Amino acid sequence: MTPDDRKYSKSHEWIKLEGEFAVVGITDHAQSALGDITFVDPGAVDKTLSQGDECAVIESVKAASEVYAPVGGVIADINSKLVDAPELLNNDPYGEGWIVKLRAVDPAQFDALLDAAAYDAITA
Amino acid sequence: MPELKKTCLYTLHESLGAKIAEFGGWLMPIQYAGIISEHEACRREAALFDTDHMGEFMIRGKNALTDLEALLSCDVHTMAGGQCRYALLCNEQGGVIDDLLIYRRDESEFMLVVNAGTRAEDLDWIGGHISEDTILEDVSLKTAKIDLQGPLAPEIIVKLLEKPIANLRFYHFMENRYRDRDLILSRTGYTGEIGFEVYLEPDLAEIFWQDCVRSGAQPAGLGARDTLRLEMGMPLYGHELDARRNAGESGFERAISRHKKFIGSAVVTDTEQRTSRLCGIRINGRRAARQGDLIVDNSGNTVGVVTSGSFAPSIGCAVALGYVNLNYTPPGTELILRGARCELKGEVVEMPFYKQATGRRKLTDFL
Repeated sequence: MTPDDRKYSKSHEWIKLEGEFAVVGITDHAQSALGDITFVDPGAVDKTLSQGDECAVIESVKAASEVYAPVGGVIADINSKLVDAPELLNNDPYGEGWIVKLRAVDPAQFDALLDAAAYDAITA
Repeated sequence: MPELKKTCLYTLHESLGAKIAEFGGWLMPIQYAGIISEHEACRREAALFDTDHMGEFMIRGKNALTDLEALLSCDVHTMAGGQCRYALLCNEQGGVIDDLLIYRRDESEFMLVVNAGTRAEDLDWIGGHISEDTILEDVSLKTAKIDLQGPLAPEIIVKLLEKPIANLRFYHFMENRYRDRDLILSRTGYTGEIGFEVYLEPDLAEIFWQDCVRSGAQPAGLGARDTLRLEMGMPLYGHELDARRNAGESGFERAISRHKKFIGSAVVTDTEQRTSRLCGIRINGRRAARQGDLIVDNSGNTVGVVTSGSFAPSIGCAVALGYVNLNYTPPGTELILRGARCELKGEVVEMPFYKQATGRRKLTDFL
């Protein structure tokens, strides 16, 4: 089940508002396609991102790929647990496997993202 | 582009939900449950690999031995019947056409097991370099191949076969019986673990696979096969070995005879012509270097190139293989691996990366 408490990008990130922050991760579809994730570089706190900027690097056994900021904002926190336990991205992509928290996000960009049903439709 | 080939187990892989991709002209399972869990299954229990894409050639005749001595880098005449050896098939320039296993059946009959992507070229090359009365037959299509590897492999296979296997030594093979049919079982593999490569008739492959799974073997794809071989420092053709690289630089001295001439030996055995050597590099962290990344020294000079790299599940960090200038090959040498996206620090280490593998231990320890 794709959680309906958050929004989705076409490049397979999710973003969830939590108070003044927005939490970003990758979808279950994305982690499944990547396979076992072996390395995550979740970027640097205080870095300013525009929508679509690379905000993290993920490697699986076979390949490397990027996570893009679904909205513009500033990195307020990173999930440092991923450095030693990147498998959290496979095991719990919508929870413990979150990647970064953003502040100062653009609400209009957020509203324009896909809802769960629309995301499911593009990955079906 | 020619149509991609399917092994006799392809339908089974699809039904198991495997991720399938092209390899060497074949549609092969890359993973089932996940590369890391399949890798761990092989190190700790038993894993089952479809290796039916690989090619098998039979070579027989009174001149077969002499022909193979001239073609292959290893000594053939010192092999006993029932023995296998790893060998390189080299061109005149000392580059590698393929790496393979040779099986000696008796005085005059041999089997070669070759890579899928090089099979046609191998056949042409060998066919062009044997005596008129030596018979070369490509039996790939009537030979299925399945690898069963891991500490539980011996007790799984012993229950399926008629003849006892306890005396089968490392790098030896035997004929055995399975469901009233003949098969060949060799104590070889590409994982470092104790186990077998099994050659059988294609119509038996699926039931053999199912019998192994019922006894506890876990299906494993080419993804785990690659991380397992990398941890052992074993080469993958097209990465560590190719037609342009001097085979002598591979460092596989046990596969290269110094006591005979073979095609390419003038280059391969001449140490003066070697400028670099294949080395294992342990990376400081989980991020992997990839084929083609440059290897540089602390001053930024390029001193080599990465041929394979991955996170190594049994080591807990990333590792790489690469060719490094001879001055930089001693273990402990610090190197930087420069990719398009990042620079990684590493250190030359002795091979294999993974030192607890069970492959060379006594079979009876596992029965």
